[in-house]
Amino acid sequence: MFEVVSNEILAENLHKMVLVAPRIAKARKAGQFVMVRLAQGEERIPLTIGDADPAAGTITLFIQAIGASTRKIVSTPVGGFIRDVAGPLGKETHITNWGRVVCVGGGVGTAVLFPLVKALAEAGNEITTIIGGRSERYVILADELGALSKNLLITTEDGSLGYKGFVTGPLSEMIADPARAPQAVFAVGPVPMMKAVANLTREPGIETIVSLNPIMIDGTGMCGGCRVQVGTETKFACVDGPEFDAHLVDFDGLSDRLTSYRKEEAARHAAEGCKLAKEVAK
Amino acid sequence: MSNDLSPKERMAIDRVHMPELPADERSTNFEEVNLGLSADQALSEAQRCLQCKTRNCVAGCPVGVSIPEFIDALACDDLPKAAKILRGDNALPAVCGRVCPQETQCEALCVRGKKGDAVAIGYLERYVADWAMLHPDRLLKEAKPEPTGKSVAVVGCGPAGLTAAGELARMGHQVTIFEALHDTGGVLRYGIPEFRLPKEIIDCEVAVLAELGVTIECNVIIGKTLTVAELTEDYDAVFIANGAGLPTMLNIPGENLKGVYAANEFLTRVNLMEAGRREDSATPILQRDEVAVIGGGNTAMDCVRTARRLGAKRAMIIYRRGEAEMPARIEEIKHAKEEGVEFVMLTAPIAIVDTEDGWVSALRCQKMELGPADDSGRRRPQPVAGSEFDIPAGIVINAVGTNANPLLTATAPDLKLNKWGNVVADEEGQTSIPGVFAGGDIVRGGATVILAMGDGKRAAAAINEYLKR
Repeated sequence: MFEVVSNEILAENLHKMVLVAPRIAKARKAGQFVMVRLAQGEERIPLTIGDADPAAGTITLFIQAIGASTRKIVSTPVGGFIRDVAGPLGKETHITNWGRVVCVGGGVGTAVLFPLVKALAEAGNEITTIIGGRSERYVILADELGALSKNLLITTEDGSLGYKGFVTGPLSEMIADPARAPQAVFAVGPVPMMKAVANLTREPGIETIVSLNPIMIDGTGMCGGCRVQVGTETKFACVDGPEFDAHLVDFDGLSDRLTSYRKEEAARHAAEGCKLAKEVAK
Repeated sequence: MSNDLSPKERMAIDRVHMPELPADERSTNFEEVNLGLSADQALSEAQRCLQCKTRNCVAGCPVGVSIPEFIDALACDDLPKAAKILRGDNALPAVCGRVCPQETQCEALCVRGKKGDAVAIGYLERYVADWAMLHPDRLLKEAKPEPTGKSVAVVGCGPAGLTAAGELARMGHQVTIFEALHDTGGVLRYGIPEFRLPKEIIDCEVAVLAELGVTIECNVIIGKTLTVAELTEDYDAVFIANGAGLPTMLNIPGENLKGVYAANEFLTRVNLMEAGRREDSATPILQRDEVAVIGGGNTAMDCVRTARRLGAKRAMIIYRRGEAEMPARIEEIKHAKEEGVEFVMLTAPIAIVDTEDGWVSALRCQKMELGPADDSGRRRPQPVAGSEFDIPAGIVINAVGTNANPLLTATAPDLKLNKWGNVVADEEGQTSIPGVFAGGDIVRGGATVILAMGDGKRAAAAINEYLKR
């Protein structure tokens, strides 16, 4: 059992939860994730470890509550318990001093980006962080990321904060400017965003790393559900990833596989909604 | 009661038939297929054993169960004694009585099998083990071992780990099992379906270990949460039994289409996560009318019979050799056929195809014919030119096997591996690191529950010797 010591709402449907998990806090490196199962009968969900405090024995998870399972997880109050947390899983981020690095985060991916930015900053990189969101209320961790970055750029689709448009706008401007062009790009967010970033950096040959979140069951290299086409090889995100060379990832294949259970999930959503409505009616 | 029939009287008794749920009833649910023998059936079957002096059956058992002895006790209607003998030799008798391939092990060597049918040793093992689970108050108490003050870490809670843990605890060592998943049993729980091995059997066998003082810590992934080096610091010896790893890919086009599963994913969803078995199951599983399972082993049979139970109208085994070459247990093949599974033999997949929507629509195959024998002694299948054809399928399951699990070994640089990434261990399980032993699928690649248990038992004996030094 893993105790919840804090649970904050950062934005709509986005929670920051801190759990007591001393072994994971000690072993964890940037880029790794945990498998979380709230209770008996619930799903196993892969969640990136946002941060850790080995001294306090805690890990921080940023959770976008959009599915039935994640909504239940974030509804666990402080002092409550999560039954299963296993990790740290996946490979740690390869951190080196590239020089100028652009870190791009979209949606909950911005939270996944946080430990990467922290590790890249510690390695002496000059970081520009670009955060994208649908509108102002979906822009998260701006202060925290700003403190670690030389420049912080924000884009919103409706223009309610920062640049109007997508993250690729400011990124392409930087690539075009020899004085600002990055030596490496890290991108974490929705698959279309990561694909667009990869397309921008491919031709200039800028090393680009993305963190993927495919379907997973065990997360320990057993089920093969998380397979992704990377170049000519089939890779398993849980043991070979979750980070890969963006220029080799088959994003269309990944997007498609992510829709495998759309129908089943919609049915569960509806059923859960029904149950909730009945409980409210009582 | 005594067991003093004449050989002639014993020879006159016919082999018992295992009572089963009717095929049409069971192929729609996950109830256990084999119902177990009645007391009369068990007694009569036990009397078939000639109590021969050669004890060939024992030599055929990877864990060396004292088979004639426990059968004799059973024939004398002394079930507490039979249970004591059986459980003394085998940490998981209720599991072995259900999933062991007896026909190629103990029963294959039974004298009675030379002329007629072997004694149904597996059925009798199950009978005694089930009786023991139902009658804890009548079991002969085990003497509590003198604590040795030594501690052993066991990596993995599957058949090898559970067996080693049981043996070591009975020797007086303090044992902690580390399990990566959220529940116990390893492949017994995530891999083997309930219609072959009900989960409560695993729970009971695990409870026996807990009574012996074994600690089980779930959600600890050795190689990630803790390393082997940390375990060797904190424990006097380590037994690595973390099982099989990633699925072996078919390396044919279309493998990443939606609706293509590796066997472990399909089985884990249904068995461990209860997808498709409870209406409110949180973990989803796809259900389609036509399911093609590629492979001829027990895992393939488990997948295809599971698919049938989830509602597939056509559940098919696609295998590149013939039925005689299938590695699956005879009983699994028989049960699958009774349940309406189709066997498409001498057929190899060459591509998985969709209708341009990303969803599997068919398995493209070619016919095979058997050529000369290969290294494994089985006749090598060769493609028949121009024989390509499509088998319509909404789900394709790859059950051809697994590769070595890299998680533990990646962070244990001193651990010697073979070219496939499996841990190198000698007959007794000793690895290249002193005090670190290994067994089961991480050493063997894909093998059986009982071979893993045999490894666990031998390694426990070797660890005991090591700890005395």
